[in-house]
Amino acid sequence: MDPINALVALLNFVVIPATAYGAQLALGALGVTLIYGILRFSNFAHGDTMAFGTAITILGTWGLQSAGVSLGPLPTALLALPVGIAATALLVLGTDRGVYRFYRRQKASPVILVIVSMGVMFIMNGLVRFIIGVDDIGFADGERFIISARGFREATGLEEPLAIRTSQVITLVTAAIAVAALFWFLNRTRTGKSMRAFSDNEDLALLSGINPERVVAVAWIIAAALATTAGVLYGLDKSFKAFTYFQLLLPIFAAAIVGGLGNPLGAIAGGFLIAFAEVLVTYPLKKVLGYLAPGGWEPEGLVQLLSTDYKFAVSFAILIVVLLFRPTGLFKGQSV
Amino acid sequence: MTRGFPPALLFALVAGLFVATGFMQSWNVSLTILNMALISAIMALGVNIQWGYAGLFNIGIMGFVALGGLAAVIVGMPPVGDAWAAGGVRLILGLVCGAATIAGAMLAWGAMAPGRRRTVAMLVILLGGFALYRFVFDPAKVAVEAVNPANAGYLGGLNLPVILSWPVGGVIAAGAAWLIGKTALGLRSDYLAIATLGIAEIIIAVLKNEDWLARGVKNVIGIPRPVPYEVDLQADPAFVERAASLGTDPATLSSIAVKLAYAGLFTAVLLLILLAAQLALKSPWGRMMRAIRDNEVAAEAMGKDVTRRHLQVFVLGSAVCGVAGAMMTTLDSQLTPGAYQPLRFTFLVWVMVIVGGSGNNWGAVLGGFLIYWLWAMAEPMGLWLKSGIVSTLPEGSWLAAHLEDAAAHMRLLTMGIVLLLVLRFSPRGLIPER
Repeated sequence: MDPINALVALLNFVVIPATAYGAQLALGALGVTLIYGILRFSNFAHGDTMAFGTAITILGTWGLQSAGVSLGPLPTALLALPVGIAATALLVLGTDRGVYRFYRRQKASPVILVIVSMGVMFIMNGLVRFIIGVDDIGFADGERFIISARGFREATGLEEPLAIRTSQVITLVTAAIAVAALFWFLNRTRTGKSMRAFSDNEDLALLSGINPERVVAVAWIIAAALATTAGVLYGLDKSFKAFTYFQLLLPIFAAAIVGGLGNPLGAIAGGFLIAFAEVLVTYPLKKVLGYLAPGGWEPEGLVQLLSTDYKFAVSFAILIVVLLFRPTGLFKGQSV
Repeated sequence: MTRGFPPALLFALVAGLFVATGFMQSWNVSLTILNMALISAIMALGVNIQWGYAGLFNIGIMGFVALGGLAAVIVGMPPVGDAWAAGGVRLILGLVCGAATIAGAMLAWGAMAPGRRRTVAMLVILLGGFALYRFVFDPAKVAVEAVNPANAGYLGGLNLPVILSWPVGGVIAAGAAWLIGKTALGLRSDYLAIATLGIAEIIIAVLKNEDWLARGVKNVIGIPRPVPYEVDLQADPAFVERAASLGTDPATLSSIAVKLAYAGLFTAVLLLILLAAQLALKSPWGRMMRAIRDNEVAAEAMGKDVTRRHLQVFVLGSAVCGVAGAMMTTLDSQLTPGAYQPLRFTFLVWVMVIVGGSGNNWGAVLGGFLIYWLWAMAEPMGLWLKSGIVSTLPEGSWLAAHLEDAAAHMRLLTMGIVLLLVLRFSPRGLIPER
């Protein structure tokens, strides 16, 4: 029995990575849920919007690095992030002008808008590959660890290491700032309130003199900012690859739907739920149980419930169970 | 565009594209594209049955195509006797345990009264069944995968003629679709979309990881062919003589002959499915499906069982995709789970249906040919375009070097633009539904 080492192992391999991943998913899901609340369709191009924002940020990072600018221990990408956000905002606003607005005026059914967003997804995917290629790109620089595995072991004398990467802490801090700013904006400012009104009841909002085009434009800008931030944080934490970002679409949608589409709080909860479930089910728990079990009872196998490649299955299973038993999501979303 | 072009003219134009490819590049290239286009047309028919007839938004096509491919392995490959001896029976037993667990849990859910006792019973059945499944299954899996892992490491197939795998692929895909449809078809359109997208990813993950089934990412290669091999043709004196009389070398002619043989088989299947789809669409059943699609509430009020009809059409469409998947794996003679990508196997098929004209079988087929041709040719066309631009740029310009790499990514961009243009200016497609 060695509960302290078990706890450290659990923290190191499950809790910390899942928290960072959950924050990234939550930011992505917030963007999806916001677009759903205002424009009332599931945006399949969201993963590729993230990829685009990250690609521009990487270009900016390279530019800054070659100019010799750095943030010291922090990754340079944080300096380039505003550039990425601005470029992505311009891109999605342009897309809205050129593509989505036509269908909005026509009052096309949501399914048509989803198909349209598939076309946008193709274009953005091609655009990203055009800009930056298909390779794996690591762009994290600065200090790698806040607490390194060896440092922790030496400081505490425990058998198990505990490592906290800079990117993980940055993810949490940035996500917390972004979420706080978003909720302040939605609850306290005039524009934010008009957006919530528009999302709750479009006709009533129009009658009250809310300008729909303005609401839509603001929603796109916020979604672009959230998507770029989520993408950059994910890229710092792991690495950037165009195809991986497209695949993130599934857990992000799962998070948004599980939390209740259109509900920002739900998106955050859903993001963490999906992330923890994915990591817990696919992580071999042998070490943790080995410390907890009484002598001689240590598990022989890896105690890995599912292999890592089945992580999609986890988000999907949660999604199906929630949809079957609580179709509006855990928090009440606007399900039509 | 209110009336559109006459369909015959459009088909002639697309045929012209393939002929032009034959003259400008080579007949070999043109036939390669044609064979995949025939398969794509069948996939598009499958999607059209689901979306065009019934309005079901399924974006898990890739999964059904991959299941069809699995059928080609299971039917065509010879069995691996050692693997069966090492743990084949125990492995099957393990799978049965897993299935029985799920069935038992569902039975308990249905039979017991709601409450805490039911929840506990469910959990006990599920956890106990999972442990039992892993206990029976895991050693057998390890034993099977340890048998000659470089060449086998899986159970192998039934060693039957591979052409049988086409209907079998349809049946496997239909079975999977039935299971999926039972759980997911009650969801509204965009939830169904996400659900099917997820299922397709899971099917690919299973194919990639379950080595005992089809060797996972080690790929199954050398699946037997339904047509002669080029080498055998070249060794045949009569064939060499024929090549000489036609004025080509035997190597080129043999590869063209093999591709033509495939094209013949695929055309037969395509015509068969097209005929069946047309008959179904024109029958009372087809009219009922369209009525349900256009107004579910009204159809239900008329006494139509919407849920069952949706399940039916979902299974049928998926089966068609499964047949196409088995044909594709047969054509490639190999199953490579890593090659299945949703952009290529799900969304591209959707582009075919929308561009061709959803709800119209001829439209779907036309879309299949046209879009696959465009997909295959976008890269060479991108290269031509690039060399045109590069020649105007100064030597060693960074843009020239960048364009060099980027030409390969032209196809996604092209597809997106084509899809958006069609949706915007001709939303009913090239051959609209009548």
